[in-house]
Amino acid sequence: MAYSFDFSSLADYGPVLAKGVAITVELIVVGGALGVGLGIACAWAKALGPRWLRPIVSAYVELIRNTPFLIQLFFIFFGLPAVGVGLTEMQAAILAMVINLGAYACEIIRAGIEATPRGQFEAGSSLAMSPIQTFRHVVLVPALQKIWPALTSQIVIVMFGSAVCSQISVEELTFAANFIQSRTFRAFESYIVATVLYLLLAVLLRQVMRGLGLFLFPRRRKTT
Amino acid sequence: MTQFSTWDIVSNLLLAARWTVLLSILAFIGGGAVGLVVLYCRIARKPWLQRAANLYIELFQGTPLLMQLFLIFFGLPLMGLDVSPWAAAFVSLTLWTSAFLAEIWRGCVESIPKGQWEASSSLAMSFFEQLRYVVLPQALRIAVPPTVGFSVQVVKGTALTSIIGFVELSKAATIITNATFEPFTVYGFAALIYFVLCWPLSKSSQLLERKLNVAHHHH
Amino acid sequence: MSLITITEVRKSFGQNEVLKGINLDVAAGEVIAIIGKSGSGKSTLLRCINGLETINDGSITVAGAQLAPDEVHLRALRLKVGMIFQGFNLFPHLTAGRNVMLSPMVVKKVSQKEAEAEARVRLEQVGLAHKFDAYPDELSGGQQQRVAIARALAMKPLALLCDEITSALDPELVNEVLAVVKKLAEEGMTLLMVTHEMRFAREVCDRVVFMHQGRVHEIGPPEEVFANPQTAELRQFLGQS
Ligand SMILES: Nc1ncnc2c1ncn2[C@@H]1O[C@H](COP(=O)(O)OP(=O)(O)OP(=O)(O)O)[C@@H](O)[C@H]1O
Ligand SMILES: [Mg+2]
Repeated sequence: MAYSFDFSSLADYGPVLAKGVAITVELIVVGGALGVGLGIACAWAKALGPRWLRPIVSAYVELIRNTPFLIQLFFIFFGLPAVGVGLTEMQAAILAMVINLGAYACEIIRAGIEATPRGQFEAGSSLAMSPIQTFRHVVLVPALQKIWPALTSQIVIVMFGSAVCSQISVEELTFAANFIQSRTFRAFESYIVATVLYLLLAVLLRQVMRGLGLFLFPRRRKTT
Repeated sequence: MTQFSTWDIVSNLLLAARWTVLLSILAFIGGGAVGLVVLYCRIARKPWLQRAANLYIELFQGTPLLMQLFLIFFGLPLMGLDVSPWAAAFVSLTLWTSAFLAEIWRGCVESIPKGQWEASSSLAMSFFEQLRYVVLPQALRIAVPPTVGFSVQVVKGTALTSIIGFVELSKAATIITNATFEPFTVYGFAALIYFVLCWPLSKSSQLLERKLNVAHHHH
Repeated sequence: MSLITITEVRKSFGQNEVLKGINLDVAAGEVIAIIGKSGSGKSTLLRCINGLETINDGSITVAGAQLAPDEVHLRALRLKVGMIFQGFNLFPHLTAGRNVMLSPMVVKKVSQKEAEAEARVRLEQVGLAHKFDAYPDELSGGQQQRVAIARALAMKPLALLCDEITSALDPELVNEVLAVVKKLAEEGMTLLMVTHEMRFAREVCDRVVFMHQGRVHEIGPPEEVFANPQTAELRQFLGQS
């Protein structure tokens, strides 16, 4: 029995999809920016920070990398109110994404920092820069440049992961697809459309990261 | 309302975790088998096969696993196949895993120096023989750490199958939460169980990689 | 009064004592060449003076500032002493001009405009005014090393430490760097340089320090040290090179 596709019944739901895309974009832009920020801070702490801080950061990184995002999200959204921290769906989703990306970004960025030649640190200190100043002005940018492609891939993975935020009723793209299929009973078509939109969003996100890379690192690194 | 002790919660979670483990193992084996086929296509000397393999890899790596689950769960019935959440979970995780493993292994195969291919073809080996006797045995060594590392992603990926109604650890956690109203404890323990499953895999992947690097330095 | 005072400095890496009680006074404006076999501790001595290594014993004072391993003292010291490295260590993501401007802006909080003006002067001084906007990988080794010198000078140090600054250069690029150093010496900069360029040491330096097995084995004006070595070790060293 051949199945006949019917995308036409989805036509009325353009605005729903548009809203879903917009919220997915919001999630990944806010979560991505804050998550990379957290990742930089943790990478600094782990590679160069005070000794007492390192095991704490390691524990955080290991805990996040070895548990599913879904459980992290549920723990934050359903579990935290039980101890008095109530968050809206959107806040919980963004917090979960930041914490999740922060852990992965930490490891990626740390690899970049550790690949920095010792001479760069020494040049910084011989110019009377403090360790933090050396990190910020000398080490960070080349380190980020080195790992930019890996960081980009991770952010795309986190965007795909954000699909489960529909499970706490964040009205993002997957939520929109769920909504449409429940109304139209055209599940397959709804999810195909959503999947294609995710595919396009991923392409767009990679382009944005590439552009951002060109802006942050105007110099191409010589491949030696 | 019945009272649930902490032990009730943990034991029920552990019972459900059996399904997480079983699904992970099956998906990993299935994904490995399909992944080998995809790998073969990806490096075969036939451009159209390569392109097909590439498309396959990009589709599965370039879209959310949750969408793949939905499409298979809702799509297979349209082709007249009646699928349980269990079957849909297994099929989609297998396909998803195969794409990632094929890509990881391709990297390993390509890191084998060109000279090895040339030397073996000069010995009149066929493409398949070169792969089988010369390249794969070498690639296998370096492939172990990232492959073990990816198994962690598979275990975590199984959590998504709860969304299509397969009762594994995550779904059980939600069910138990709805009965006990103790989300903090229940999800906390669920996280802990995932951690206990994943962390040894992560750690051994790291250790294997370090060992490999050290071995490389000595040669 | 001497600018740099090094008293009984000892430094060990684990069990290996690399500096075994170094004493050396450097007057302001003095140019000192440090020579010696590989592994004799020359680099370690310079790195100690710049606080890149912490000393185990003894003391180092620069213009009254005592070297101590805490952040505040280290920065005070490093504001007085600049260091040039064998491998240049330019910051690859910054242009030559930006390399020179960075530290004055970050450490001394100099305004961007002032820092840029200063950087142009310093690059001019090393003959690279036209390379202000070039990135390190667009410069030859000799040019990179001259930018590194300009970068150190922009912090207006009282003394410069140079560790084999021409060793990583192709022979034809060595002279352009040495010429810059010579000019600095003539302008009265205090210089401590580890070098294998014996001719340069003879021409430019006020004193030569021969290090051997972690000690100052011989010290004196170049004409004496080179013409009339007192110890067998120095004779052997000079014979080789
Ligand atoms: N970071 C370190 N850790 C352990 N040992 C070190 C370290 N740095 C230097 N050493 C040791 O200290 C000794 C002196 O080294 P140093 O670099 O000062 O010699 P040098 O006189 O500069 O030699 P060269 O002419 O080869 O540059 C050597 O035996 C070296 O192995
Ligand atoms: Mg040296």
